[in-house]
Amino acid sequence: MIRAKALQAAAAIAVLACLWVPPAMAGRWRNILAQARGQTVYFDAWAGDERMDAYIAWVARQVFACCDITLRQVPLEATSQAVSQVIAQKAAGDNTDGTVDLIWINGPNFYALKRRGLLYGPFTQRLPNTALVNTHDKANLYDFTVPVAGYESPWRTAQLVFVYNSAYVKHVPLGISAFPAWAKRHPGRFTFPQVQNFLGVAFLEQALYALTPDPSVLLRPVRTADFATVTAPLWAWYDRLRPYLWRHGREFPASGPAERELLQDGEIDLMPSFNPAGAAADVEAGLLPRSVRTVGLTHGTIGNTSFVAIPYNSPHKAGAMVVANFLLSPAAQARAGNVRYLGGPTVLDVAKLTAAERALFTAQSDSPWGARRAALRRVLAEPNPTWARRLAEAWERRYTP
Amino acid sequence: MGLEASRRPARTRSRAWLRYAPLVTVALFLVPIAAGLLGTALPAFGWLPAIGGRTLTLAPWIRLFSAPGIGTAIALTVGTGLLATVLSVLLVFGLCAQIHGRKPGRTGRGLMAPILAAPHAAMAIGFAFLIAPSGWVVRLLSPWLTGWHQPPDIATVQDPYGIALMLGLLVKEVPYLLLMTFTALGQVPAARQLEAAATLGYGRTVAWLKLVLPQIYPQIRLPIYAVLAYALSVVDMALILGPSNPPTLSVLALRWFTAPEIRMYFPAAAAALLQLAIVLASIVLWRAAEVAVARFGRRWIARGGRQTRLRALTGIAAAAVAGLAGLGLASLVALGVWSFADGWSFPDFLPRHWSTRTWTRQFSMVAWPLETTLVVAVLSSAVALVLVLACLENEQRRGRPASSRALWLLYVPLLVPQIAFLFGAQVLLTVVHLDGSLVAVIWSQLLFVLPYMFLSLAEPWRSLDTRYARTALCLGSSPRRVFLRIKLPLLLRPILVAVAIGLAVSVDQYLPTLFAGAGRVVTLTTEAVTLASGGNRRITGVFALLQSVIPLAAYALAIGMPARLQFHRRQAGSTA
Repeated sequence: MIRAKALQAAAAIAVLACLWVPPAMAGRWRNILAQARGQTVYFDAWAGDERMDAYIAWVARQVFACCDITLRQVPLEATSQAVSQVIAQKAAGDNTDGTVDLIWINGPNFYALKRRGLLYGPFTQRLPNTALVNTHDKANLYDFTVPVAGYESPWRTAQLVFVYNSAYVKHVPLGISAFPAWAKRHPGRFTFPQVQNFLGVAFLEQALYALTPDPSVLLRPVRTADFATVTAPLWAWYDRLRPYLWRHGREFPASGPAERELLQDGEIDLMPSFNPAGAAADVEAGLLPRSVRTVGLTHGTIGNTSFVAIPYNSPHKAGAMVVANFLLSPAAQARAGNVRYLGGPTVLDVAKLTAAERALFTAQSDSPWGARRAALRRVLAEPNPTWARRLAEAWERRYTP
Repeated sequence: MGLEASRRPARTRSRAWLRYAPLVTVALFLVPIAAGLLGTALPAFGWLPAIGGRTLTLAPWIRLFSAPGIGTAIALTVGTGLLATVLSVLLVFGLCAQIHGRKPGRTGRGLMAPILAAPHAAMAIGFAFLIAPSGWVVRLLSPWLTGWHQPPDIATVQDPYGIALMLGLLVKEVPYLLLMTFTALGQVPAARQLEAAATLGYGRTVAWLKLVLPQIYPQIRLPIYAVLAYALSVVDMALILGPSNPPTLSVLALRWFTAPEIRMYFPAAAAALLQLAIVLASIVLWRAAEVAVARFGRRWIARGGRQTRLRALTGIAAAAVAGLAGLGLASLVALGVWSFADGWSFPDFLPRHWSTRTWTRQFSMVAWPLETTLVVAVLSSAVALVLVLACLENEQRRGRPASSRALWLLYVPLLVPQIAFLFGAQVLLTVVHLDGSLVAVIWSQLLFVLPYMFLSLAEPWRSLDTRYARTALCLGSSPRRVFLRIKLPLLLRPILVAVAIGLAVSVDQYLPTLFAGAGRVVTLTTEAVTLASGGNRRITGVFALLQSVIPLAAYALAIGMPARLQFHRRQAGSTA
């Protein structure tokens, strides 16, 4: 009953959130809302997760109800598919009638599009809900150290955590340097996704943070650093870890979800994840055993934010902006934060919300399967995007037979 | 032939458009593919102004050949592709010799149908679960026999040698080649020839290999080439069953095509061209091997040996085919079980809890893609069927099977790796403002549906005894009537099989739908592959079962074709 009421309240707030506008920008926003009416917005989003699809379907119902926008999710296997589409359209000179209206994007894909001027913007200052974003969190302002500068709007946060099966292992490493010894005691029970995957390379970046003498070099483009010297401790560490990885470090799961499958099948006991509440949500969905637990690392882990951006040639920019604004609404954020739906911390500054809105967030408590919020206080900035590629390349060169 | 020639003027008047069928068909194909290939070839040499490539250079090739593990990747591609094809062909011939071309019973064909109908990606996911260290086979034996309470750390899937990938390919391609062989067998008077051979003291197995095989090989040559090209350039199965470090060349190309770093597009295009070269070289190699085997075989046949020991070998082949069919069916059953599983961990052989939650939850999500899939599959198969029949009929009426030389071009989409021309084709679609439209998707699927349907229909059509048609013409029937009343009914089964193949091929297309549909046209397959990237076997099970149902219905129709029609056909056959 209480849940039903909360949901009704959330839905009501959701509708209001679409319509409420600070007076200063009321006129311009009303114009955008009027333009958006009747538009069909194609939202290109990675679709490997049924709960995410269900969440986006919910968003679609809300924006249709409040603003007469038809939101269609274009399911992607990799975000770069949308990136290459925009590039193909640019190649064909299709500058006004693109097929992508909104992309779930961050890091290297954002950098790739922004650098080529293929994004519309800056637009976020025109969204009323941008005012609610937590600006203390630098990850909402810098996407892998690249200034967001209004070209993408945040909607989800992520932080590196480790998920383990407590039925088989009681203690897991709480620092990067402890991994080789742990793996030696539990041979074949730990792995991470292949380095071409963002989570795989994030694990290497996390290790580099802990191992290199001066981690501040990671925040600048890789060409400004002496790559060999900076990464030498990383490879030494990895060479000690590698023989005890799953499949002796010769084969890796393709992605985070593929790795979760291994944990579920009992092939591994420990894995990295980018969603602190992901394991909790997976247990709720029956995708992981109830014996899983989630931990952070003592000295902090890499965090980042997921954004939505609008390609320069989208014919439905107004509709896309209304959707981006809705994703930032307290109702949408609260639902995304609820482990029954997705789980994960909000991008909003809860202090800026009204008491009623704040209640939507405080009602959520820590789940036994997810990471305790207290354990994740320390967030490390995502390295400059140029590091991910160099690291992956160097890894490939060293460890590809 | 004189009769054919004398009738030509009348036909040309009434069915002038038939003449253009081959031209239209080929144009529909070649223009976009040529454009697509060009769109791949230029970036392979550094030309793609949109992303800053304005000079022709060999840099993409240097980057390609300096990529870590590129040698391993090429060896893996060639090794798994060639070996899978050679083994498929040997197994199919072995089985056919063992049962000396007797068509399998309805049960046998019925068991084959689901494997033929299931999409490659779905089959691969089920098969991976079957053979994984935490999979069904190990669960069956654990812990009572193996003592394993946790899965062992053995690479049975994604092994570095590509054995799992090769097995997966065998599971899918052997039934396809068998189907093609049976279709071809229908056009050869094998039974009578085997009888004749028996009176000369040949065992049926040897007689089949020496007498029947040489007659049907030319008819299944193209299907074999298609399998060879497919096995060499497969993407979805290689992603799931093949190794990843390094992967096969096509996966490497896809990885670069979709890398966030857009400059990787250049080496990706080079890899796609290299993939094309590997496929072409392998076909040439295969052709050379055919010549050599034929030369040796002719001597073998002429020697007149009555080898009886061959039976042991063909027996092994038959057992292997049965084993593969068992693996294929078990893979599909595994997916079905997963779709109803609620919590299923190692080493439980069956889920602890069952639930229909995956099905009910997906139900609302499925309606739209299901409808799109049906529309696209039915329309592309229908268009393809009309074009194929028109081409074949035109060829017969003009009495010129030579025109089929041009139709060889139809097979280009099967022989050219998809990855090599799809991006270029997408640019073309964008230019004519068709990207993301249903028309574009239907066209892109037609590229693959049509040749496969042509492959399965051409030989039965051409091998149909011309005396039926001639007799009817002599009795005063118009060519149109002959086509409708004689040829279509006689060839109903091959036509239904072709339609079933068309539907299966359409439902199977992932990359073409993705590129032509600009991601906007969502079919069961695009949905299934993206969900498979999420590694959720439950949902994959739901989608795989739904995907298989459409072509399965057509196969069932072809296989369980009403007895009355078959009787009709037998009667016609016995008068021959």
